[in-house]
Amino acid sequence: MRLIVALLAGGLFGGGLLVSGMTDTAKVQGWLDIFGAWDPTLAFVLGGAILPMVIAWQIAARRDRAVLGTPIPAPSEPVIDARLIGGSALFGVGWALVGLCPGPAMAVLGFGGSPAWVFFAAMVGGMMLLGGLGLTRQGASA
Amino acid sequence: MIPSDWIFGLVGGLMIGSAAAIYLLVSGRVMGASGILGGVVDGSGRDTWTERLAFVAGVVAVPALSVWGGFTPGVTNATSNIPLLILGGLAVGLGTRMANGCTSGHGVCGISRFSIRGIAATVAYLLFGMLTMYIARHVLGVI
Repeated sequence: MRLIVALLAGGLFGGGLLVSGMTDTAKVQGWLDIFGAWDPTLAFVLGGAILPMVIAWQIAARRDRAVLGTPIPAPSEPVIDARLIGGSALFGVGWALVGLCPGPAMAVLGFGGSPAWVFFAAMVGGMMLLGGLGLTRQGASA
Repeated sequence: MIPSDWIFGLVGGLMIGSAAAIYLLVSGRVMGASGILGGVVDGSGRDTWTERLAFVAGVVAVPALSVWGGFTPGVTNATSNIPLLILGGLAVGLGTRMANGCTSGHGVCGISRFSIRGIAATVAYLLFGMLTMYIARHVLGVI
């Protein structure tokens, strides 16, 4: 059951990335190009994505567990450190250079040809690098 | 008239947010793309790897089937500059794992929870993304 829900949620996420234009690097780079031909589309994507989640967190706040029995993830410690900001800054640089973030990098694998696979392989390499640098994973995301 | 791209953006965004809502309320997980994939890559998500792989399979399969079936155009407009692809990929992979989240985890799931970390991360990657875009496109002319 857990696998079916994950597959369906992943599928809906992937479909949303495709429909919204997040898999089109020209649109993403256009959104970041505020000093050029700025494309505001991503504001609609982010706004549309946050809306259901605001409601979902309100529902989650009144429950201890999700439908399948897993505890609702606790909020992370409200600590803003160099690692959070430095990592996000590095991510922003890479995002601008190519126009793909991790979700779309997976969503384009089926139709993006060799650039998609080169980017994905490098991204996985970057993820492995973290352990190599002695920076092991800390806590949960978000 | 509202540009159709904005409407597709909103509809796609609602799909992304609904997926995150289902994953949270049914499975009890935060839907962060870099975290789900990263846990498989570095072994930190060993006890939940089948669930992670099922999610990734969905993310890859639905857009692929949609494009192959001719339902949606499959245009990435991605650069074919290999060094740029490698540099960008490394930065995205390392950066999102350092920060414990990306656009979906910090951006969508974090902001909607009013998480101070999610908001700070989103401000940081947007600022540095815009700055990089300015330098790379308008100063250096490499993208």
